[in-house]
Amino acid sequence: MMDTTGGLQGALSPAAGGIPETLLEEAAYEAHRLAATTLPDDVKRAFVGMRDREREELPKRVLEAIVDNFHAAEDDQRPVCADVGVPRIYAVIGNETAIAGGFVSFERAVRRATERITGDLALRSNRCHPITRRNPGNNVGVFAPNIEYRVEPDADYIEICAVHKGGAFGTDFRMLVDGDGLAGIRKAVLDAIAEFGRRGLTCPPVVIGVGLGGTKDQSFSIAKQAAQLRPIGSRHPDPDVAALEDELLEMANSLGIGAMGYVGTAGYATDVHVEIAYTHSALTPMGVHQLCQATRRGVVRVYMDGRTETRPAPSWFSGYSRRMGVE
Amino acid sequence: MATHRLSIPLQEDDVRRLRIGDVVHLDGTIHTGRALVYEHVLRDGNQPPLDLANESNVQMHGAPAAVEDAPGEYRLSSIQATASFRYWKYVPDYVERFGIRAIIGKGGMDKWVYEDVFARTGTVFLTTVGYGIAALYGRAVKRVVDVHWKEELGLPEAMWVLDVENFGPFIVDGDCTGASLAAEHVESVNENFAREYAKLPEYVLKRIGEIDHSLADEVIVGRPTDDRNRN
Repeated sequence: MMDTTGGLQGALSPAAGGIPETLLEEAAYEAHRLAATTLPDDVKRAFVGMRDREREELPKRVLEAIVDNFHAAEDDQRPVCADVGVPRIYAVIGNETAIAGGFVSFERAVRRATERITGDLALRSNRCHPITRRNPGNNVGVFAPNIEYRVEPDADYIEICAVHKGGAFGTDFRMLVDGDGLAGIRKAVLDAIAEFGRRGLTCPPVVIGVGLGGTKDQSFSIAKQAAQLRPIGSRHPDPDVAALEDELLEMANSLGIGAMGYVGTAGYATDVHVEIAYTHSALTPMGVHQLCQATRRGVVRVYMDGRTETRPAPSWFSGYSRRMGVE
Repeated sequence: MATHRLSIPLQEDDVRRLRIGDVVHLDGTIHTGRALVYEHVLRDGNQPPLDLANESNVQMHGAPAAVEDAPGEYRLSSIQATASFRYWKYVPDYVERFGIRAIIGKGGMDKWVYEDVFARTGTVFLTTVGYGIAALYGRAVKRVVDVHWKEELGLPEAMWVLDVENFGPFIVDGDCTGASLAAEHVESVNENFAREYAKLPEYVLKRIGEIDHSLADEVIVGRPTDDRNRN
């Protein structure tokens, strides 16, 4: 499953004090490059399968163009989509890992890599001041790029996942009350597809991420993570959650919507991923995030011994991160 | 579903012959525009820096992925359109004043724009395909001719003038008869949504206290309450 990035391997030995900043910067740069130019294999397979299955002419042409485009992007090293969104980073920190310059060094490496990739690949500099619209031109600024962390026990690596996601459409939030149950969840997903999917504003085929529970902000975070950080075809280990994923996928693909929102037979969603967090006994905050066909993530791990490797998918969700008990 | 390869400036006769669902490729000079370009021109009264009707009567809603390597020297990698429906307040005026024959955008515009404006002006809406095939479109951009108003509007919001060759494929979403491809498809799938909504219990469809409608409708005196739910 893993392939090693030859260019980085052995280029530098980690200092005795931990992983050096230069190695982290190269890894973050590579994660961004992959995200911008190279769709993950699970995503490519899903689109090729849909193209072959689609029986309506219009969405079939669209799927053909989508497949041609991801080949062109990789061959020419161009961004898959011109809207790079607001490039961001998810980092899994192994508990047995040290960084030579500490976490400040890691965050500096990420910001430098973001600026460099913006220039090198001619990414659009989207990040700007929300009021004055002043744009520094490098996709770096206040709280930007945002970095989310989680910790993994018994691991001697830092895993950097870059996500580029454009667009304004396809997300929704709802506060479900006790008693709404599964019907309330189905309604919220249906509303999101009706609102943003019918005209294709979500850029379908999409991955639908659903976040259930936790706090309001958390429900939205896990919805985004569910869509962006899990490979197509994966199922939640909790059988009740997995059953809901299957049910929602069947509903999303029973609506007769195909690629770009046109009437089609091959489906609207490549998958539905649901993540849960334990929540208030009377309420279920719910987030819905529809991830466009430019499903962009790039994952690079840096180990304590200086090895780096690209990974097909991030390990953001693990037995540990979804743990239930006190320990 | 006919395929056309047309040169810019587009001629009215060629444009009026196009029908929704046709595939179009373009050669010539296009220019970009998003909200700030429209406001700069239509609200603030700045004149476009070129004769749009005769040199570039195709406007694209979007901004390229590009950087300025040296002053006036640009490197463009990909280009893609952004959702067009939100520009309804600018497009009719802009199309009419500057003789625009085609808008390249995403998702189409409301049908009334095609019926009330495009049918009269002889303009079509060309939608980008897949909404994320920017690498293919980027390949067709041969030269960045100029970037206007970049100081005032910023690089992504500026007016990019681009020479393109076999730029496409685009699908005609709105034609000069007022037809809308997206509207036809929305109508076709609506019954499937209705079927799914019908399976849900009433208490989920109509929820007390949930804000899913405009509060303005509720508080503005004399305005009828909009009690629709979104099915």
